[in-house]
Amino acid sequence: MNVLAAPTPLKVSIAATVVSLLLVLVVFELIRSRRLRERYALLWLLTGVVLLVLSAWRGGLNTIAGWFGIRGYPPAVLFAVGLLFVILVLLHYSTVISRLSDQNVILAQRLALLESKLSERDE
Amino acid sequence: MSAETAQRRIAIVPAYNEAGNIGRVVDELRAFDPELDVVVVSDGSADATSEVARAHGAHVVTLPFNLGIGGAVQTGFRYAWENGYELAVRCDGDGQHDPSELPKVLAPVVAGDADIVVGTRFGGDDSFRSTAARRIGIRMLAAIVSLIARQRVTDTTSGFQALNRRALGLFAADYPHDYPEVEGMVMTIKHQLRLQEVPVRMREREHGSSSITAFRSIYYMAKVLLALFVGLFRRTIPTEGA
Repeated sequence: MNVLAAPTPLKVSIAATVVSLLLVLVVFELIRSRRLRERYALLWLLTGVVLLVLSAWRGGLNTIAGWFGIRGYPPAVLFAVGLLFVILVLLHYSTVISRLSDQNVILAQRLALLESKLSERDE
Repeated sequence: MSAETAQRRIAIVPAYNEAGNIGRVVDELRAFDPELDVVVVSDGSADATSEVARAHGAHVVTLPFNLGIGGAVQTGFRYAWENGYELAVRCDGDGQHDPSELPKVLAPVVAGDADIVVGTRFGGDDSFRSTAARRIGIRMLAAIVSLIARQRVTDTTSGFQALNRRALGLFAADYPHDYPEVEGMVMTIKHQLRLQEVPVRMREREHGSSSITAFRSIYYMAKVLLALFVGLFRRTIPTEGA
C-alpha cells in the first residue's frame, strides 16, 4: 500500500525532529523555573512528544500517511497533527480563561463587600 | 498530650462540603487536647461548613472559591505561620483521621526527632476500599518517592501530618497544588528536613467516597510524575534554621 508513497525527505525529518525536541526542552525549562504549571504543561509536552516521535520515526510517518491516503507528501501528517494539538491547547485555554474570569468576578465582589464593611465600621 | 511543652499548636483542617462531619471533627480535636487551636479552611464549600465549624469553636478561613486541596492546606499553613504557631498538625475534614492517634504523629516532632511526621495507614499502604488503579498508583508513587528520598516511605497520600515551625515555614512559602502530599514529601527531603512516618489507625470515610475516578487517576499520575521529575532539577528555597 505504501509502495506509491514518496518517503519523507531526510532534511524534513531532521528539521522537524530538532524543532519538536526544542519544544519539549523549552516546556521543561518553563516548568522547572515555575513559569508554567504542570497542569497546563501536560498538553504541551504531549504535543512535543507526539511530534517528536512522528518526526524521528520516518517509517511510522509514512505508514500513517498511507492510512489517511496521503500519497504525495507524508510530512503533511506532521502539519495536521500539529494543528490538531494547537486547536486542543487553545480550547483548553479557553476553558481556563473562562474559569479565571469567573473567579475574578467573585474576588472583586468579595473585595468590594469587605471594603464597604470596613468603611461602615469606621463611620 | 499534657502541658509538658508550652509550644503553641494548631490543627489545620481543610474541608470541602463537610458540614456533616466538620462539627464532630472540631469537637474531637478540641476535646482531645484543649491547648490545641483549630483552624478550618473551607475550600469554597457550598454548604454550611464554615458556619458549623465556627459554631464548634474553630477559627475559620473561608476561601471564595475552590482552590483544590493544595491551595486550601497551604492557606492553613500560612495562617499557622503568620500567627506564630510552633507546631501544626494537619488532618482531613471528613473524619478519616482519628484525633486519638495524634500523639503518635506529634511525638517525634515534639521530641525534636523530626521536622515533619506523616501518619501512614496501618499495614503499609491501603486498607481501604479503593479502585485498583488508585492502589497501583499509591504503590508506584511510594516506590518512586522512596527512591528519590533514599528513605522508605509507604504512604505518599496521607494528609495526617505533624510539622514543626521549620516545615511550616517551607510549606507556607511553597506548597504543591494538585496532589500535594506526594510532592510535599520530596520537597521535604530536598530541603533536608527530617521526615518520619509513623503507622496510625485511620477510619473509613463516612460521608461520600473519594472522588478519584480511573481517568483522573491516570491524569493525576502523569501530572505528579512530571512534577516529581521536574522537581529534581529545581533549586531549593532557604528555610528558617537550616
